[in-house]
Amino acid sequence: MKVRYFAWMKRTVGMADEEISPPAEVKTVGDLVVWLRGRSSGHAEALAEGAAFGAAVDQRTATFDVPIGGAREVAFFPPFTGG
Amino acid sequence: MAVHVQEADFDVGAELDRLTKGNKRIGGLAVFVGLVREMHVREGLHRDRIDALTLEHYPGMTEKALEDIEAEANRRWPLEATLIVHRYGRMEAGDRIVLVAVGSPHREAAFEACEFLVDWLKTKAPFWKLEETPAGDKWVGAHEGDDAAAARWEKKSQ
Repeated sequence: MKVRYFAWMKRTVGMADEEISPPAEVKTVGDLVVWLRGRSSGHAEALAEGAAFGAAVDQRTATFDVPIGGAREVAFFPPFTGG
Repeated sequence: MAVHVQEADFDVGAELDRLTKGNKRIGGLAVFVGLVREMHVREGLHRDRIDALTLEHYPGMTEKALEDIEAEANRRWPLEATLIVHRYGRMEAGDRIVLVAVGSPHREAAFEACEFLVDWLKTKAPFWKLEETPAGDKWVGAHEGDDAAAARWEKKSQ
């Protein structure tokens, strides 16, 4: 599964994307957030509890209860500031 | 219905001509053009002028999100033509950044749907502004006003 980071989260994590193979008990976006925090201090900071960020599963906005089983791509990003 | 996500600038007149050409049911065309505004931000003792920004986006998701928003507008109003052109990359103050155009038999639907599209794309399409300041690049935070503008359309959904 590919995980992607955007805007300031990319800088904080230290990479734009990474290939990961989380264990089977990581079933939802929320589970993945908790699991990713353990990968580095940058991950822990970017994905910290209370940090303002959203997620997408296979390029559709997703809440933290959305399952990630079978997903090809999960993305994390700050609130949108387009227009 | 059309969505274009592109780095290049767009020609408003040419885009509108292409959108309405051959469709004689359109009685009103509402158009919004967003420009990069020159901004002054006060931070500590410094007063910085922001002359340029870089707009990052999520290729793939951006197009899907804009198409979803466009489809929602077409569900809510009787529209004949819709167009969203959104740029990404580096832009300077005064540059065009986004074009939203909505054609309908009557102006009310065109005005409302155009405003809806702009409000929703600001909060639902994956774009992030990185401002250039003399002190370095700075990511822009989300505006509460934008969330409130988008939320008022949630109440109107059936």
